[in-house]
Amino acid sequence: MSGLLTGTWWMTQRRLSALARTPAVLVMTLVQPMIWLFLFGELFKRVVELPGFGAPSYLDYLVPGVVVMNAVSLNSFAGMATMDEIERGTMNRFLVTPVRRSAITNAGVVEQALSTAFQSLVIIALGWAAGARYPGGAGGLAVLVAASVLVGVVLAALSNTLALLLRDRNTIIGLNVMLLLPLTFLSSAFMAKGLMPAWIRHVAAFNPVSWALDAGRAAMAGDPDWGSVALHGGWLLALTVLTIALAVSSLRSYQRSQ
Amino acid sequence: MAHAIEADRLVKHYPGDVRALDGLSVTVGRGEILGLLGPNGAGKSTTVKILTTLVRPDAGTASVAGHDVLRRPGRVRRAIGVVAQQSGADPGAGGRANLVLQARLHGMGGADARRRADELLDRFGLRDAAARPVKTYSGGMRRRLDVALGLVHRPQVLFLDEPTTGLDPEARASMWAEIARLAGDDALAILLTTHYLDEADRLAGRLAIVDRGRVVAEGTPDALKGELRGDAVHLEWGEAPDEARVRAALGRLPGVRDVVLDGPRLSARADDGASAVPAVLAALDQAGAPVAAATVARPSLDDVYLRYAGRRFAQADAAPDAAPEPAAIGGAR
Ligand SMILES: Nc1ncnc2c1ncn2[C@@H]1O[C@H](COP(=O)(O)OP(=O)(O)OP(=O)(O)O)[C@@H](O)[C@H]1O
Ligand SMILES: [Mg+2]
Repeated sequence: MSGLLTGTWWMTQRRLSALARTPAVLVMTLVQPMIWLFLFGELFKRVVELPGFGAPSYLDYLVPGVVVMNAVSLNSFAGMATMDEIERGTMNRFLVTPVRRSAITNAGVVEQALSTAFQSLVIIALGWAAGARYPGGAGGLAVLVAASVLVGVVLAALSNTLALLLRDRNTIIGLNVMLLLPLTFLSSAFMAKGLMPAWIRHVAAFNPVSWALDAGRAAMAGDPDWGSVALHGGWLLALTVLTIALAVSSLRSYQRSQ
Repeated sequence: MAHAIEADRLVKHYPGDVRALDGLSVTVGRGEILGLLGPNGAGKSTTVKILTTLVRPDAGTASVAGHDVLRRPGRVRRAIGVVAQQSGADPGAGGRANLVLQARLHGMGGADARRRADELLDRFGLRDAAARPVKTYSGGMRRRLDVALGLVHRPQVLFLDEPTTGLDPEARASMWAEIARLAGDDALAILLTTHYLDEADRLAGRLAIVDRGRVVAEGTPDALKGELRGDAVHLEWGEAPDEARVRAALGRLPGVRDVVLDGPRLSARADDGASAVPAVLAALDQAGAPVAAATVARPSLDDVYLRYAGRRFAQADAAPDAAPEPAAIGGAR
């Protein structure tokens, strides 16, 4: 167990120092969510006037949507870093040291989680500067950030699994293209559930992006619904654990297939 | 523990009907350098990957440092240093950072890891470049760092997969000196793969010639060459000697054959040229035909390769069906 912790620590430190060498990447990838935030914010400003939308301003409603959409988008490319490791030979070098296989996977998870948390906080701050208000306070925002991290880790684990099993960059781009729009638009990211067509509402109920948003928004309300936070957060957590296990086992099968 | 490395009848298939290993067996002892010599696609890297726990064989068994590679991969990993064919250094990080991390992954403490990293940076002449990102290193520097990475935790067994490919002659010579020292002073067991006949000849105490996934010949470089039974011996006189006398003198010597006399020049084959020459010279002196010049040409490893793999090394290496790309192999066979 201590081997797993120290291994994770050293592998994570390495990933973070690589990130620190190119901080511009973290900022550049924020441009896209900025555009969503202000574009959607302007475009759909008046949907709150629809009867039954149930939010005082669309920007208030939109910020969690953009936070979670950004987490999906950013993390669906996590497999690219794994491809780099494979192609550069660093992956094989680590695999022939005694470091635990799960430490290698965990390091990627921790790095993605920290990047996602950082970007989520930036989006929340920019939303506030643009006029969004968060009645749930720090506790509600913490739940939103945690939910975005969990969704991010799920996507990162899937992306890494594809990288390890198929070793093809196009597939990873495909994951982003194929999942980003359906996952976000077939969820409560931009439209209140009550106003969705029935079929979308049914699909959204099984969508992890909706779980993250339901948990986040429930906690961010002036009167938080902690039961909903626990329920949706629980589903999300279970899915996260499952996908990490999938990524670890795909590392083993990568090892067998090479 | 009989041998540091023991591989027994390893078989490995890859998709597309590629038989990368076809019953390959090798052993390496402590302080010994075994050279795996073979053309592209012979199965050298696959052997290294199996012995270093990266790849599971389809059949056969192997143990390294006394541990079974399939049942105790963790113990094997603690005992081995690996320099893969492809550099495994992190290009964005500096040389020292790479070494310190490697030491940490092997469980060394902070001070210990830094001390060991500095020691290796000095030993491999990388002190001045220690903080620079590895992507700015020359090919030779990067290869030296790769070897240093393999040595961080003081392994008992070292795998070197083509350690000098792409290096200039000077860099190769210094790498050779370093490798020889590792087997000598540090008594490491080393498995070295190479394409270079001169490298194998120079470094390896024992050679295994690999062709199409199996060992086709094995022995010391000299024994392999000696097995060709016949160094070429060339003699020269100031003027043509008496043929009958020369033939009579040489006929009494065992192991000298195929005598061809052409004016003042004679060529023959001898089992072991170096030891045959003094006897030849003495016999001709006694027979009253003292020799002016004598040369012995040893058969080269290329001749050995020709004999065991049935083709010249250079040809085998260039043959399209031995190209490194799996796709090319799959299509050709
Ligand atoms: N991951 C893989 N998938 C499919 N085929 C492979 C794979 N790795 C190796 N091969 C095939 O197995 C055979 C042996 O390859 P290997 O890399 O062991 O050769 P090698 O002797 O190291 O060659 P080289 O001198 O070019 O490095 C080749 O035909 C190669 O194409
Ligand atoms: Mg090779």
